[in-house]
Amino acid sequence: MEFPDDLKYSKEHEWVLVEENVATIGISAFAEHQLGDVVFVELPATGDEVAKDEAMGVVESVKAVSDVYSPVSGEVVEVNDDLPENTELVNDDPYGDGWMVKIEMTDPTDLDDLMDCEEYQKFCAETSG
Amino acid sequence: MSDSMRDKQAGLLLDEPLIFERSRSGQMGFDAPELEEADELLPPELLRDAIEGMPEVSEPEVVRHFLRLSQWNLSAATTFYPLGSCTMKYNPIANEAAARMAGFAGLHPMAPDELAQGALELMAELQDMLAEVSGMDAVSLQPAAGAQGELTGMKMVRAYHSDRGDARRTVLIPASAHGTNPASAALCGYEVQQLEGNALGVVEADAVRKAIGPHVAALMITNPNTLGIFEREIAQVAEVVHQAGGLVYLDGANFNALMGVAKPGHMGADVLQFNLHKTFSTPHGGGGPGAGPVGVRQVLADYLPNPRIVRDGEVWRWSDAAPKSIGRVRSFHGNFGMFVRAYAFIQALGGNGLMRATQMAVLNANYVRARLEEIYHLAVPGLCMHECVLTDKHLEPTGISTLDVAKRLLDYGFYAPTIYFPLVVSGALMIEPTESESLETLDEFIAAMIAISEEAASDPNAIHAAPTLTPVGRLDEARAARKPVLRWKAD
Amino acid sequence: MRFLPQTDDSVRRMLEVVGVGSLEELFTDVPAELRATAGVDLADGLSESDTLRRLGDLADRNSAARTLSFLGAGAYQHFVPAAVDNLLQRAEFYSAYTPYQPEVSQGTLQAIFEFQSMIAMILGLDVANASMYDGASATAEAALMALRVQRNRQRLVVARSLHPEYRQVLNTYLQGVRDVDLVEVGFGPDGRVDGAALEKFVDDGAAAVIIGTPNFFGVIEDVAAVSRLAAAHGVLTITATAEAMALAAVRAPGDLGADIAVAEGQSLGVPLSYGGPGVGLFAARDRHVRSMPGRLVGEAYDEDGRRGYVLTLATREQHIRRERATSNICTNQGLIALAVTVYLSLVGKEGLRRLGRLNLQRAHRARDLICRGGRQQVFEAPFFNEFAVRGSNVEKTLKRARDAGVVAGVPLGRWYPELDDAMLVAVTEVHSEAEVERLAEVLNG
Repeated sequence: MEFPDDLKYSKEHEWVLVEENVATIGISAFAEHQLGDVVFVELPATGDEVAKDEAMGVVESVKAVSDVYSPVSGEVVEVNDDLPENTELVNDDPYGDGWMVKIEMTDPTDLDDLMDCEEYQKFCAETSG
Repeated sequence: MSDSMRDKQAGLLLDEPLIFERSRSGQMGFDAPELEEADELLPPELLRDAIEGMPEVSEPEVVRHFLRLSQWNLSAATTFYPLGSCTMKYNPIANEAAARMAGFAGLHPMAPDELAQGALELMAELQDMLAEVSGMDAVSLQPAAGAQGELTGMKMVRAYHSDRGDARRTVLIPASAHGTNPASAALCGYEVQQLEGNALGVVEADAVRKAIGPHVAALMITNPNTLGIFEREIAQVAEVVHQAGGLVYLDGANFNALMGVAKPGHMGADVLQFNLHKTFSTPHGGGGPGAGPVGVRQVLADYLPNPRIVRDGEVWRWSDAAPKSIGRVRSFHGNFGMFVRAYAFIQALGGNGLMRATQMAVLNANYVRARLEEIYHLAVPGLCMHECVLTDKHLEPTGISTLDVAKRLLDYGFYAPTIYFPLVVSGALMIEPTESESLETLDEFIAAMIAISEEAASDPNAIHAAPTLTPVGRLDEARAARKPVLRWKAD
Repeated sequence: MRFLPQTDDSVRRMLEVVGVGSLEELFTDVPAELRATAGVDLADGLSESDTLRRLGDLADRNSAARTLSFLGAGAYQHFVPAAVDNLLQRAEFYSAYTPYQPEVSQGTLQAIFEFQSMIAMILGLDVANASMYDGASATAEAALMALRVQRNRQRLVVARSLHPEYRQVLNTYLQGVRDVDLVEVGFGPDGRVDGAALEKFVDDGAAAVIIGTPNFFGVIEDVAAVSRLAAAHGVLTITATAEAMALAAVRAPGDLGADIAVAEGQSLGVPLSYGGPGVGLFAARDRHVRSMPGRLVGEAYDEDGRRGYVLTLATREQHIRRERATSNICTNQGLIALAVTVYLSLVGKEGLRRLGRLNLQRAHRARDLICRGGRQQVFEAPFFNEFAVRGSNVEKTLKRARDAGVVAGVPLGRWYPELDDAMLVAVTEVHSEAEVERLAEVLNG
């Protein structure tokens, strides 16, 4: 399982790529693996305000449902429109074509709570153990 | 059988298209007169033409179609069907005959009570028999299935509290509970607070004491629980709940473990549902109909659904008069056809027979457990009640999972146990043999389970490929859910 | 005991393997103070012949089942071809359960897929589920679904002419659910929902409007007009059809603008059985499929491209979503859904059309005869196979009819005090011309 080291990770298994003030968000390889084949994705709309640690979307596999939490507060500035019709992207390329939303952050200190790649790997090992 | 044979109509695996694909314009499976003049009886904007796409198939072909479909099912009649928590016991054929008696099958629900005394008496007696077996004070047969029984019970809990001006908002539910418990509680406007069981899967009074408070309307608890373990502290747990002003809902899904052994009414349960299609032998029907009567202690009797059966001199009558009733949960009187079957079952076994059935169910489960616990990992050590929960832990090094074991069992001619439930056990295989199975059948099943465990080490690919002796192999459920095709459509 | 295969010898051997000395010892987990030491205080078991004799006696005491009857009011007498029950008695169908293992449940799954397809067609909507308990609880589930879809709307507008028991069930289901505002609207002199009252309550605060069609009086509602008004305010239209046979002659609710259509399917191949089991039919539009209650079966393929069927979109359901599920339903009415599927397969496209007309014709013939004899029809709007007629003393009339061997109808005063001089009469294809004449005779005698 791959955990790119240029990303930050949340306890709810989202990853965050920070470029200036915009956070690109998806779910980690660990999360997509736990879920299994993703069959349904529901995302917020562009322009929606989202709050840190609040549910902003849903991912479903055949036999499991998981909320997607926003690791940061801000406004949704872009949504991956390909996902709802091509949900397998979440499994095939969780850190690339499987990205979910881009959020313009209102408070960059939100990022302080996130884990780096190494911490997150340790966290996952504990969770599955 | 080779795959190429399975692709065709061959041997006992006959191909069968959709009924719509058998349809041929002009064929009919039913004779009725043509009445052109009737078209005048409705305004043209309301009158419907023949419905496009409905099948046009002759009677012999319809019969063949459904007979072939029936042959694609494994069922409790054809096969050992150890589906845990579902109590797939034998459905006595005489019960089917009884439910079809003209006096039952042809009886209209709005018939005047005087002309339906047999039905009313049967229901009144069945209520009494269920009350006796469970130790409850009063019973309503109305709910259509177990989950509707839960809903009915929780609506009564709600009515009880609001009657006291007590706005309680939370229901405690153990993590091992069926999904219907939290779903039913939520339907009554309650928040669900999850309770963790101890290492043996049992809810301890101490855990309840920590969670309880004036905000708790009720505890919903399944006994025996979904691990097949009797909730030893049930009486103390109930006391804790009662002292805090809450009520105890006992999920009777596993009542097959208790008949003649222990009565929920004596354990502190205030309300429970019976699943007639589990404990009382009515057929599962490929998904239903069930019947989910509710039993209550006196404290909730005022809130039972309307209408109720009352004795009026020499006759039985329906009465809507109970002012505090939660009302109706379905039309008419419940799934009456199931009451006839359950009544016949209880008559056939009698009090001692019911107890014997429970003893045999528990013996069978423990026998399977004892024979398999050396090989498969047992979720909870020690004696179980009517079902046992194994896991796939010992198979981890082989890469074989619970799902694979289940699929391989199909090739051995067995239905699979309930899998991945309860959720608190990783890789659960929940086996409920019921009292209907002989020692010889159990031994065959045990041999298959052992063989699969050995295959997992020697030939895991064979298991991954399973099932191969079925009309279709493993189906791509992810693709089915991504682009759902939920009906046939005329081109 | 004939249902219990274990012999004394097997029991002995099994106890040994388990490692306990007696059957009682299996229950050591049950604390002594909770043991039912007295067992179950019920009579001893009966032989099969004695069991059937007892049940036969009870069945014989339901004389209504042997009496010429024109009862309807949500349960209808229709002819059921013998093949339906014969196929239903295949134990491969009735002794299986929910098809959790699709590879060995294709019979059940394909039949449900066919059921869903037929129900979607007859209700005129995109997608139907695998069944609900009955028409009444299906109506309540439809209302809950509308509240889910219409997040910020609290009002449900319900026609008072909807089957009274359906309204009672709706009331029970809504107890404790959010801050729902349930508004009942009356019926006009023609028996259809009062349009003016409807306009008052159908606005952007309403989630759905719920009407019966045919309604409890047998009157066919103007679904097109109601749904037009509803749609103009973003309100969903829910129709409930207690007499599914009407769908054979009357345009489908979905075709007339209903967003959710439910029905009681008992009329389509299911015996009366004192009111249950019947089956709830439930259909909706594609865009709402993820808010639907109940099971859904979908097409799927295996690795070799063979077509099969599986339970799908299950994340809506209680076993996965638990307290956030779209419904708590688990066990449904599977076998009754199969009965409907076999029935509709046999009767088919043309048979259904003819049966619809046959019901129309018989009921209108009865209406004509009864009214010619001096009784008045209560409502003038079009009806299918059931209608309300007035009489000076309903109870007395019905009693007289009963004494003459006819159960003539259902008095309406019990639910509608203003109609205490009226009764409901249902006439279907099972009634011969002579029986219809007999009905008119006893009512007008």
